[in-house]
Amino acid sequence: MRRCEMVCIGAGPAGLAAAVEAARNGVDVVVYDENERPGGQLFKQIHKFFGSREHRAQERGFDIGNSFLTEARELSVEVSLNSVVLGIYENGALNVMIRDRIEQVKAEKTLVATGASENMIPFPGWTLPGVIGAGAAQTMANIHGIRPGNDILMVGSGNVGVIVSYQMIQAGARVAAVIDAAPKIGGYAVHAAKIARVGVPFFMSHTIKEARGKERVEGATIIEVDDNWNPLPGTEKQFEVDTVCIAVGLNPATQLIRMAGCKMANSPVLGGQLPAHDLNQETSIKGLYVAGDASGIEEASTAIIEGRIAGLAIANSLGYLDDSAFLSARDEQLQSMVGMRSGSHGEVRAKAKEYLNTMMEER
Amino acid sequence: MAGDSTRTGFLSDEELKNGPGIPGEARRRKGAVAVLECLEDIPCNPCEAICKYDAITIGEDITTPPRLTEDNCVGCRSCVPICPGLAIFIVDESLEDEKAAIEMSYEYRPLPEKGDIVTALDRAGQEIGDATVTAVKKTEKMDRTATVIIEIPRDWSMKARAIKLKR
Repeated sequence: MRRCEMVCIGAGPAGLAAAVEAARNGVDVVVYDENERPGGQLFKQIHKFFGSREHRAQERGFDIGNSFLTEARELSVEVSLNSVVLGIYENGALNVMIRDRIEQVKAEKTLVATGASENMIPFPGWTLPGVIGAGAAQTMANIHGIRPGNDILMVGSGNVGVIVSYQMIQAGARVAAVIDAAPKIGGYAVHAAKIARVGVPFFMSHTIKEARGKERVEGATIIEVDDNWNPLPGTEKQFEVDTVCIAVGLNPATQLIRMAGCKMANSPVLGGQLPAHDLNQETSIKGLYVAGDASGIEEASTAIIEGRIAGLAIANSLGYLDDSAFLSARDEQLQSMVGMRSGSHGEVRAKAKEYLNTMMEER
Repeated sequence: MAGDSTRTGFLSDEELKNGPGIPGEARRRKGAVAVLECLEDIPCNPCEAICKYDAITIGEDITTPPRLTEDNCVGCRSCVPICPGLAIFIVDESLEDEKAAIEMSYEYRPLPEKGDIVTALDRAGQEIGDATVTAVKKTEKMDRTATVIIEIPRDWSMKARAIKLKR
C-alpha cells in the first residue's frame, strides 16, 4: 500500500490549484486523473476569463492551465494520468486503477475535485450521430482541432451554450440558432452579444422537438413553449443543421463523495445533490475535502479559489502552515471569492453555497 | 433597434442610451473615444485596471458596470482588446466627409487586411453596407485578440459593431 499526505482526485482547475497551494507549503501531493491529459476543462477554454487580476482575468483558460502545470512540476507534484479512483474507503484508503493495474493508496487528506458531466435531454432523434454535448463539441474543436459539424443548432443559452456557439463560429461553423426553453438568456449578455452581432438568432421559450435524419442529423425542429413549459402546436420551426449541441447544464460528479458517505444536501442552483462542506471545503467526513464543480456547479475561476482554500486548509491541518498564516491566506481567498459570487448571476450561487455550509454545521 | 436584450441577445438603442459607458455625440465628434457596451452586473474589471486616464470607473464591487468619464478618455484604445466580453469599441466621428472610424476586437481567422472592403453588421448581425478596413492590429500584448478599424459613414457609427469578410 502506498502512503501519502494528500491525494487530489482530479487534475482540473480545482485539483491543480489545491495541489500547488499545498505543495508550496511543503505537503507531499499526488494527483490522480482518469484522463490522458491533465487540466480538466481548462485547456478547451480558449476565451479570456472575467474577474479581476487576482482571478487571472483577461487570461485564456489554456494559458492558466499551462501555468498550473509548470508550477506543479516545479513543486514536484506527482500527476498520475490514466488513473481512475475506484473508491474511497474508511480512514483515507483509496483504490486507484492505473492503466491495467490496481494500486491501494492511503492518504492522510483527500480532496475530491472530480468536476461534472453534461446533462442531456431526451427527444425524438436524440441518439442520432450529430447530437452531442456542447462540452464535447468544445473538446473536439479546441483540444483535437476537429470541427464537430458545419451547421449547428445550440440547445441552451447559458454561458456554455453562448461561449461554445462563439467558438464553433471561430472554428468555421455556422450557428443556425441558440434556443432555450427559459424566457431569458441564461449566459452573460456580453457573450450573447458576441454571437448576435454576427447574425446568430436567439429563440427564447423554445425547446427542441426532434432531430431528423436517417444515418445522422440532417435537420431539427424546435417548438415554442408557454409559461408552463408546454409546447404550443403550430409554432414549429425547421432548421437545416448537421449538428445539435446540447448545453442544458452540468451534473456534479459526486459518485466518490456519496460512496464515502458524506452528508449530502440539495441545491438546484448548484446542480442538485451536493456534499455539505465548511468554509475550508472540508466535508462531514474529517480529512475529506471537496472543491470545484463537484462541490457545486460554478466556473473555473471559483473552482481555482476553492481549490486554493482546500490546499491551504490541508497544509494547515497537516501542520505545515500555522493557524494565523492559514487564516489570513484563507480570508484573502474568501475575499477574492466575494466578487465572483456577486451580481445577478453570482448572488444566487453565494446563497446556495451558504446553504451547503449551514448543512455542515448541523452534523 | 427595439427589443429586449435578454431575449434577443443584443442591446437595443433604448437600452444603450442610458448606459453609463456611452459617450455623448459632442464628445464623439471631437475624436476617438471608448464606447463601453457593458450594462450587466458581471464580475469583471480589466478595463478599469488598464485605463491610465481614469476614464473608466468600476470601483470596489467588480460587478458594477463600467462608467465612462468621456472627457478623460483620450481614445488610446488599450481597453478594446483587453475586454473579455469584446464589448468595448472606439468610435471616432471627427473624420472628414461625414465619415467615422470604429475599432473593434476581432477573434476570427483569417484576419482582414488593410484596404479590404468588408460588410458592416449591426448588433443584430444585419448587414448595413460596405466598410473600408483602415488598420488591423495584432501585437503580442493583445494576446491573440486582433483589432480592426473600419471607416464608415458617420450615420452608422453607433450601429456598426461587426464585420463580415467578402472573400
